[in-house]
Amino acid sequence: MTTARRTNVSAVGIFLAVLFAMTALLSLATGAFRIPLGDLLRIIVDGPARDTVDSIAHDVFWQVRLPRVVLAVVVGASLAVAGVLMQGIFRNPLAEPATVGVSAGAAVGAVLAIIVGLNQLPLGVQVAAFLGGTLSTALVYVLSRTDGKTEVVTLILTGIAINAFAGAVIGFAVFVADDDEIRSVTFWSLGTLGLATWKAVGVVIPLAIVGLVASVGFSRVLDTLALGDRSASHLGIKVERVRLQAIAVVGLLASSAVAATGMIAFVGLLVPHIMRLVLGPRHRHLLWTSAVLGASVTLLADLAARTLLSPAELPLGVVTALIGAPFFLLLLRSTRRSQGGWA
Amino acid sequence: MSTSLSARNVRVVRNGAVLLDDVSIEARAGELVAVLGPNGAGKSTLLGAIAGDFPLSSGAVEINGRSLADYAPRELARSRAVLPQQITISFPFTVREIVAMGRGPWLDDNDDERIAAALQRMDVVTLANRTYQTLSVGEQARVSMARVLAQDTPLLLLDEPTAVLDIGQQERFLAIARSLVDEGRAVVAVLHDLNVAMRYATNVVVLHEGRCVASGTPQTVLTPALLSNVYHQKIQVTTTADGRAVILPEHH
Repeated sequence: MTTARRTNVSAVGIFLAVLFAMTALLSLATGAFRIPLGDLLRIIVDGPARDTVDSIAHDVFWQVRLPRVVLAVVVGASLAVAGVLMQGIFRNPLAEPATVGVSAGAAVGAVLAIIVGLNQLPLGVQVAAFLGGTLSTALVYVLSRTDGKTEVVTLILTGIAINAFAGAVIGFAVFVADDDEIRSVTFWSLGTLGLATWKAVGVVIPLAIVGLVASVGFSRVLDTLALGDRSASHLGIKVERVRLQAIAVVGLLASSAVAATGMIAFVGLLVPHIMRLVLGPRHRHLLWTSAVLGASVTLLADLAARTLLSPAELPLGVVTALIGAPFFLLLLRSTRRSQGGWA
Repeated sequence: MSTSLSARNVRVVRNGAVLLDDVSIEARAGELVAVLGPNGAGKSTLLGAIAGDFPLSSGAVEINGRSLADYAPRELARSRAVLPQQITISFPFTVREIVAMGRGPWLDDNDDERIAAALQRMDVVTLANRTYQTLSVGEQARVSMARVLAQDTPLLLLDEPTAVLDIGQQERFLAIARSLVDEGRAVVAVLHDLNVAMRYATNVVVLHEGRCVASGTPQTVLTPALLSNVYHQKIQVTTTADGRAVILPEHH
């Protein structure tokens, strides 16, 4: 008899809280300028206005480290939750914002903005990325609908086409760009938290909070959708409407995340898989635990990006993919063994 | 728990093909109505039409005298439950979690009790913590039925509920179906096994090429002439020593 292996939710919650607190503190203390833990705590207690430690540490903490850490947390949580939502509404563990072309759409928006010089405007690239992401979300959705229904396979195939098109647009942009623009495009398409400022954080946080709060409302419906569209509708769920709403939330979360940091691979795919393996597929717990783990993983990856080749900084998307891809392959094998694979 | 289902002159056309034409079916509380007919006759389409899965080309389906269109989705889900032919579940939910999904339209104080009762009734209590994907086909069918029972509706629509069951499981399943009817529920079931229909159905509806060719009590409808015609196979109806009618194909 193989009973489902599930870890106790409160134990997982405590573990995740400790993991998160430790990675956050480590990220705040570590970097080109090291802040000892004692000073770090004093600086936090002092607040942004008072300075009783040392003015460099104080400024590094409030102007560089903290916005970067906050952005990592928000973006990591957003990408992970967007992944959970996507996988739930498409009943497919392969789905994530990148699969259906949301991230690619945001990338096109940002790259075009750089080429036409919108990067001279404050937040010009970010706004363009956000518009590109939401636009491609809408486009994918409209294109994959027939007779008032969305077929999952059609949707993912549409995403593949959009990804290919976006790749070509980015390639063309690189082709016509000058050296400065190419550096900017590359930097951005590989993902980085190095551009974190309070201004950027201030733009992303409200969008992310709206998306994260909205996602909670989907938990029961997403569970039921695992039965298939038809059975879910027999249980009183307006499947098409729910799917449209959830895709809008994914568009919001993924576009704002990609707009702030560029493309960060694998967080949206990897994190929900880990949590599903540990806790089982119920979305009520999957959503918030994935948010916390997504934040922690992104913090750790950014820490690695900042310190591995210090003082040089690796692109964050390179780190997440380098570590994420092999780890994901291992995970796939053990998931198939323990849970009988996917339909 | 009084309930009534009435579908009148249902016509379904899809991509130019007429799947159902002028089909009517009724079911009241205390009745088990069997939908019979050869493969491709439109049985599952009829069940889908009754369930409200798609709009009709013409005709009307009413539950308790109200058109399906006048029901809010949740209200409809409290009025009728549907057991589809087969279900693939996309994530490794446990049996208990799947049965609990049947409570979706209710979410009230009775949930735990109804879930426990449904697990018990379908004899899947011992499977409660297993994941659906690790079960045998027969076990999966019982779990899906337990989910339908947890929905606790006066009307149940079952699409070939016994298709993957062995003969023992089939008899136990039909005993449960009968007890549901005795509780005052109405059951509409697509069946393949004519003998099962003969023994358990209150009424049968026979479909052939999208049309209703006969309806009424099984004893009056299931005649050698009608069955031979519909199934393109000589079929005889004999009577056993204890007086039960048995339907058999004739040898060549």
